[in-house]
Amino acid sequence: MKKIIIAFFLFASIHAFAQGLKGKVPAVQVKTLDGSAFSTSKFSNNGKPIIIDFWATWCRPCIAELDAISDNYAAWAKETGVKIITISVDDARTMAKVALFIKQKAWTYESYLDPNQDFQHAMQVANCPCVFIIDGSGQIVWTHNSYMEGDEDKLYDALKKVAKK
Amino acid sequence: MKKILFLGGLFFCCSAISNAQVIGEGQLHGSVEIDAQTYKADSLIGAPAVPEKMGLNSYAQLDYTNGKISAGVRYEAYEDVLQGYDARYNGQGIAYKYLRFADSTMDITVGNFYEQFGSGLVLRSYWNYQLGVDNSIDGARLKYRIYKGISVTGVIGHQRYYWGEGSGIVRGIDGEINLNELIPTWDSVKTKIILGGSFVSKYQVPDNTTYNVPANVGASAARLSLNNGGFNLYSEYAYKINDPSVINNYIYHPGQAILIRTGYSAKGFSVSLSGESIDNMSFKSDRTAVKNDLDINYLPTLPRDETYQLAQIYPYASQPNGEVGVDGEVRYTLPKESVLGGKYGTELDVEMSAINALDTTNLNDLATNRQEYSVNYLMPGKEIYFNNFTAELKHKFSPTFRMILQYADEAYNKDVIQNEVGYKIIHCNIGVFDGYYKISSSHTLHFEAQELYTKQDQGSWAFGMAEMNFGSDWFLGALDEYNYGNPAADLQVHYFTFTGGYTHNALRVTLGYGKTRSGILCVGGVCRLVPASDGFTISITNSF
Repeated sequence: MKKIIIAFFLFASIHAFAQGLKGKVPAVQVKTLDGSAFSTSKFSNNGKPIIIDFWATWCRPCIAELDAISDNYAAWAKETGVKIITISVDDARTMAKVALFIKQKAWTYESYLDPNQDFQHAMQVANCPCVFIIDGSGQIVWTHNSYMEGDEDKLYDALKKVAKK
Repeated sequence: MKKILFLGGLFFCCSAISNAQVIGEGQLHGSVEIDAQTYKADSLIGAPAVPEKMGLNSYAQLDYTNGKISAGVRYEAYEDVLQGYDARYNGQGIAYKYLRFADSTMDITVGNFYEQFGSGLVLRSYWNYQLGVDNSIDGARLKYRIYKGISVTGVIGHQRYYWGEGSGIVRGIDGEINLNELIPTWDSVKTKIILGGSFVSKYQVPDNTTYNVPANVGASAARLSLNNGGFNLYSEYAYKINDPSVINNYIYHPGQAILIRTGYSAKGFSVSLSGESIDNMSFKSDRTAVKNDLDINYLPTLPRDETYQLAQIYPYASQPNGEVGVDGEVRYTLPKESVLGGKYGTELDVEMSAINALDTTNLNDLATNRQEYSVNYLMPGKEIYFNNFTAELKHKFSPTFRMILQYADEAYNKDVIQNEVGYKIIHCNIGVFDGYYKISSSHTLHFEAQELYTKQDQGSWAFGMAEMNFGSDWFLGALDEYNYGNPAADLQVHYFTFTGGYTHNALRVTLGYGKTRSGILCVGGVCRLVPASDGFTISITNSF
C-alpha cells in the first residue's frame, strides 16, 4: 500500500512539472535514408518551425498519425512555413523497409534513420510516436507522447501558436 | 522503503530541475519511467502467488550537454522486479554513466555506451527497457572521421550484466566508406554506395575444466549498401571462429551469417524481399551465459513484429544455432476516387515469411549432446520453424470512420521457438477487425474484434476491445481475451482488463486492472517470458 501511495506521490510531482523537453535539439549523428551520416545540428528551416516525429514501420499509431498529418501537410506548410522531419527508430530488422515504406506512402517528409537509438535517447523518447515542435530559433517548445485520433488537431493548434511568435 | 523514497526524491528533483534546464551555457534533459503491478494468485490462469504482492521497475535518465561535452547517468530501481523480468535486476543503483566529447571529426565516450556495427551481426549493444535487455558496454569508444566519406569506430569494454559486468572483455573496430562522399565526381551520382567492415573480438579466461576453450574469439563482417532511386539493396556477411559455449553445447564449429534485404518502391507501391541464413552465431562475452544475457551481437529476424493481441500468442524468436529464411512483402495503394480505392484510398499489404532449420548432417553418434555437424549452407532443412502469410486491408470510408482488416495463416514450431516439448507444429488462422470511429473532434471510439482459430495447444481464442478517448488527453478502455477453444472446459477462461490513461505533453500515465495470460513478448526476434498475472498496473513516463 505504501508503494502505491509513493507511486501516486511521484505521479503528482511529475505532473506538476510536465512541461516536456525544452532547449535546443541535441546534436547527434543520424542516417539519411541512403545510409549516409547526418548531424541533427544541421536541421533547419530558415527561421520557421520544425516538427520532429519519431516513428517506426511496426508502430500502428505512428503510421496513423503520419497519415493524418500528411493529409494536412501542404496546408500547414503554406500557413506556418513548417517543415516536418521524421526519425525512424526501426532497427536492423526493418530498417531496409523504411525508405520503401515512405515512398509507397508518398509521404513528403524529410526523413532520417536512428538505428543506434542515439537521437531517441538524446531526445528522451521512451515510446513512439513522440512529436516535438521546434520554434524558429531552434528551441524545443512542445512535446507530445503517443497518438490518439484527433491528436493532429492538437499539434496544429500548438504549431499555429509557435508560428505566430 | 528508504530506497523508494530516494527514488521519489530523485524523480522530484528531476522534475524540479526541469524548470531550469538551461544551466550556464549547458542544457539538462531527462526522462523517467515507472511501471508497477500488484499480484494476486490465480491458479486457474497459472498466476503464481507473489510473496511481495507487488513489483516495480523504474528508471530516471539525466543528460547534461555543454557545447562539445556531454555527460549523463541513468538510475534504475527494481523494488522488486516485475514478474517476467530476471530477478537478478532486484535492487537499485546507477546502471549507466558516461562522459562524452564530440565535434565534427571526433567523438570520444568514456563509460557506458550503445553501439552497433552494420546490422549488428557481430556487434550490437542496446537497451530495451520493455524486454529487460541492457548489454551496454562499459569502457571507451572512439569514432573518428578520417577523411570525407571514411569513418572508423573503435570500442573496448565489459558488458552490463544486471548489477555487475560480464567477465569477458569486448574489443571491436568498424570502418565505413561512403563512395559518393569520398569520390568527388560521385557526389551527384544517383546510385549511392556504402561499404563497411567490422572485426570484434572477446577475451575470457579459459576456465572451463572439461573442455579446451579459446580465450579469444574473433568475428568479422563485411557489408554493402546500395541505393538508386526507388531501388535499394543491403547485404552483410559475418564469420565467427569456433566459440564453444553453453548455447551450442561446447562444440568447435565456426559461425556464419548472411542477410540480404532488397526492394523497390514507387508512389503507391512497394515490394521487398529478404533472405537470411544463420549458423551457430550466438556471440556472448561469457561462454556460460544463457537467454539474452551478455549478447555481443544481434540476429535480426525476418518476420513482422505482430501488433495485434492474438497474433502475439505465437511470435517468432531468432534461432542463433541455425535457421534459414525468406520474407517477401508487397504493399499497394488503390488510388483515391477509383472504384476499389473509394473516396479516400485503400491500402493492401501482403507478407509471407518462411523459416526452416538449416540443412545439417550430424557427425557424431546420437549418444552425445555435443553434436558436431556438416552444413549445407544457405539450404533449408526439413524442419519447419515458422511459416506466416498475412494479408491486410486498410480502408477509410469517411472522415469519421476507418478500418483495418487482417487475415493471417501461421505454422509455428513451439518446441523449437519456445524451447518446449511435445507441441510440434501449431497451425492457426487469425482474423482481425480494427475500427476507428470519430464521434466528434475530440472523441474517438477504437474497437477491435479478433479470433485465433486452432485445434492444437490451448485451442482457439477470441478477443474484443473498446477504447474511447476524451478530448485527446484522457482514454478509457476495456478488453477481453477469451480462450473459448481450450480442450479443458475449466480453462476456457475470460481475461478481462480495464484500462484508463492520461496524456499531456510528454507525460503519459496509464492504469489497468485485470488478468494477463502467460506468453512470450518479442521485439525484433528477442523475447522474454510473460507469466500469467492478475492485478492492478500503473505506468508513468515523462521527459524534460
